[in-house]
Amino acid sequence: MLLRDVFRFTGRSVLAHRMRSILTSLGIGIGVAAVVLLTSIGEGINRYIVEQFTQFGTNTIAVQPGKANTLGISAGVFNSVRPLSLQDAEALLRAPYVLHSVPAVSGSASVEARGRERNVNVFSVGPEFDQAFRFRVSRGTFLPHDDLERPRAVVVLGSTVYEELYGNENPLNDRVRIGGERYRVIGVMESKGDMLGIDLDDTVYIPAASGLTMFDREGLHEIDILYDDGANVNEVIAGIERILVARHGGEDFTIISQQQMLDVLGSIINVLTIGVGALGGISLLVGGVGIFTIMTIAVRERTGEIGLLRAVGAERSRILQLFLGEAVLLACLGGLGGLCAGVGIIAIVNITIPAMPASIAIEYVGLALGIAVLIGLVAGVLPARRAAAMEPLEALRTE
Amino acid sequence: MMRLRQLCRDFQVGDQVVHALDHVDLEIRSGEYISVMGASGSGKSTLLNILGLLDRATSGTYTLNGADVSTLDDNALAEQRQENIGFIFQSFHLIPRLTAVENVELPMLLSGTPVAVRRERAQEVLEAVGLGARFDHRPDQLSGGERQRVAIGRAIVMKPSLLLADEPTGNLDSRSSTEVVEIIEQLNDDGISLMVVTHDPDLGERARRHLFMRDGKIISDDGDAA
Ligand SMILES: Nc1ncnc2c1ncn2[C@@H]1O[C@H](COP(=O)(O)OP(=O)(O)OP(=O)(O)O)[C@@H](O)[C@H]1O
Ligand SMILES: [Mg+2]
Repeated sequence: MLLRDVFRFTGRSVLAHRMRSILTSLGIGIGVAAVVLLTSIGEGINRYIVEQFTQFGTNTIAVQPGKANTLGISAGVFNSVRPLSLQDAEALLRAPYVLHSVPAVSGSASVEARGRERNVNVFSVGPEFDQAFRFRVSRGTFLPHDDLERPRAVVVLGSTVYEELYGNENPLNDRVRIGGERYRVIGVMESKGDMLGIDLDDTVYIPAASGLTMFDREGLHEIDILYDDGANVNEVIAGIERILVARHGGEDFTIISQQQMLDVLGSIINVLTIGVGALGGISLLVGGVGIFTIMTIAVRERTGEIGLLRAVGAERSRILQLFLGEAVLLACLGGLGGLCAGVGIIAIVNITIPAMPASIAIEYVGLALGIAVLIGLVAGVLPARRAAAMEPLEALRTE
Repeated sequence: MMRLRQLCRDFQVGDQVVHALDHVDLEIRSGEYISVMGASGSGKSTLLNILGLLDRATSGTYTLNGADVSTLDDNALAEQRQENIGFIFQSFHLIPRLTAVENVELPMLLSGTPVAVRRERAQEVLEAVGLGARFDHRPDQLSGGERQRVAIGRAIVMKPSLLLADEPTGNLDSRSSTEVVEIIEQLNDDGISLMVVTHDPDLGERARRHLFMRDGKIISDDGDAA
C-alpha cells in the first residue's frame, strides 16, 4: 500500500464521522492550547523580568548590610552588624575592576516648590549613580562630587516631578523643600520609565549623606558596584569581600551579583512554567483517553470491514498501521487545532493588552505537538492491536 | 489446481467437537463451475473458507497450484488471497464511506497500485458488471443487486484464478439474482474457476459440476470422475 494511500484511507475514516472526530480531537486540542498559552505567558513574564533587570546593564553588583544565612533571615536583625557606610562605598572604588561605587538610601518624601506639593520617591545616591546606571540629565548637571559627609543640599528632579512642579519653566537654582529641608535644584533627568514598578521619573535624587539624615539611618541600604565588562565576576566579588572584611572585621554583608539574581529568578520562573505546563499535560492525558475510547468503538463498529480488508489481502501489520494512523491523525488534528487556537489567542492578547507580556515558547510548543502525536500512538496502540489480532473469518462473520 | 486430501476442520464448542469438515477429498481444475449444496450446517461455508484461505484445516492437506498451504504464514496467506482468490459474500461487505469505484479499487489499493492505474482498471471492471453510471455512488445509494455487482467487481479486479461465492443471491430478489448469476457465469466463461454455495436448486443446477454435502462430508460429486 502506498504511503499516500495510507494517509488518504485514514483521512477518509476520520472524515466519515466528522462531529465525532472533532469532539475527540477537542481534548487534545484544549491540552495543547493550554500548554501553549500558559507557557507563553510564563515565557513572557520571564522576558519582562530579565529586561527589567538588565536595562541598566548586567555587570552590576549590589552589596547589602547583614549576612543572609541559609534560612534566608538577615542575621543583622539579631546580631550587631556594622552598617555600610559612605566610607565603605568610597573604599570599594579601590577593589579590582570596579568602575563605579554608588552608595544608596531610598525612601519617599513630599516635595514642595512654587506652592505645589507632590509625594515622590527619594533616591539618595552617590555622584556616580548616573554613569553607573546609564542615566542622563536633560538640563543642568547630576549630583556633584562633594564632601562625603557634608555635601551641599542640592537635588536633581526626575522628569515627571519637574513637569508637575514647574510645567515648562526653568527650575535650575530654584529652591525646593524635600521632607522639610531646603534643597537647590541643579538638574533634571531625562525620562526613564519604570523599573520593577518604581517610577524613576517620579523620583528626586539627592546626595547619599542627605538621605541618611533625612531618613534617620545609620547606614546605607545598598552599595551598587559597576565593574569592568571584561572582568570575571567572581574575582570582582572576591576583591569587594577582601576590602569589606578588612574594614568590618568580619563578613557582615551580602554581595549579590546581577547574574546570580537573574539565575535565581530564571530558575523560579522555569519551575513555574513547567508546573503550569504539566497542568496542560493533564488535559492532554484526558484527550488521550478520549482517543482510546473512540478507537475502541471504531474497531468494534468496523469489525466486518477489518475482515474484508484481510480477505482482500491486507496483512495484520497493515490493519495495525491503518488504525494506529487514525488515532495519530485524530491527535494531530487536535494538536494543530490547539496550536492555532493558542497562538491566535496570544496574538489577540498582544494586540489588545500590550502590557500583558506573552511570547510563544517554541520549545514548549514543539514539545506539546510531539506529546500529542505520542498520546495518539499510545492511545491507539491497544485498539489497533486488537483489530490486527482478529481472525479474518471471525471478523467477517460479525455483523 | 486445488486439491484437498483427507481434510478435516473441527470446531471446539464447549466440551464438544464439531466436525465441520470430515475427511474431505476434492480436486478442482482451472475453469470449473461448481455448485455446493446441502442442508444448513453441513459444512458448505467451511469448505469455501478453507479453499479461500480464510480458514485453516485441522488436519489433512490442501495443495494450491502445487504448493502445500499449511506451510504458508499469515502474510503469505494474505498475499495468496489477494492474488489468486476473489470472494463474494451474501452480505456484500462493502465499505460504506467509499464510493463504488473506490470499493472496487480496494484490493489494488492494498497491493500498492498507483492511483491512475487502479482507477482505470476499476472503471473498466465496473463497466463490465453493468455499473458504468454508478462510479461515484456510495453503497447506501445503490440497490442490493447493484451492491452485489460492486462486490463482484471488487472480487475480480485483481484477475484471480478462483472466484468463491457464498450464497451470492441470498439477499437479492429474483431479477437481481438473475443479473448477478449471469455476470459471474460470464466471468467463468472467460476462464475463471467458479464455486458457488447456494440453497437455491435452480441456481445449483446451472453449474457444470454439483457437490452435495451432509455432516461435513461430500456425499455426492458428479464431476469427480471427469
Ligand atoms: N466458528 C465456528 N465455531 C464453532 N462452530 C462452527 C464455527 N463455524 C462453523 N461451525 C459449525 O460447523 C458446522 C458447519 O458450518 P458451516 O457454516 O460450514 O455450515 P453451512 O453448510 O455453510 O450452513 P448454512 O447453509 O447455514 O450456511 C456447523 O455445525 C457450525 O455450527
Ligand atoms: Mg454457510
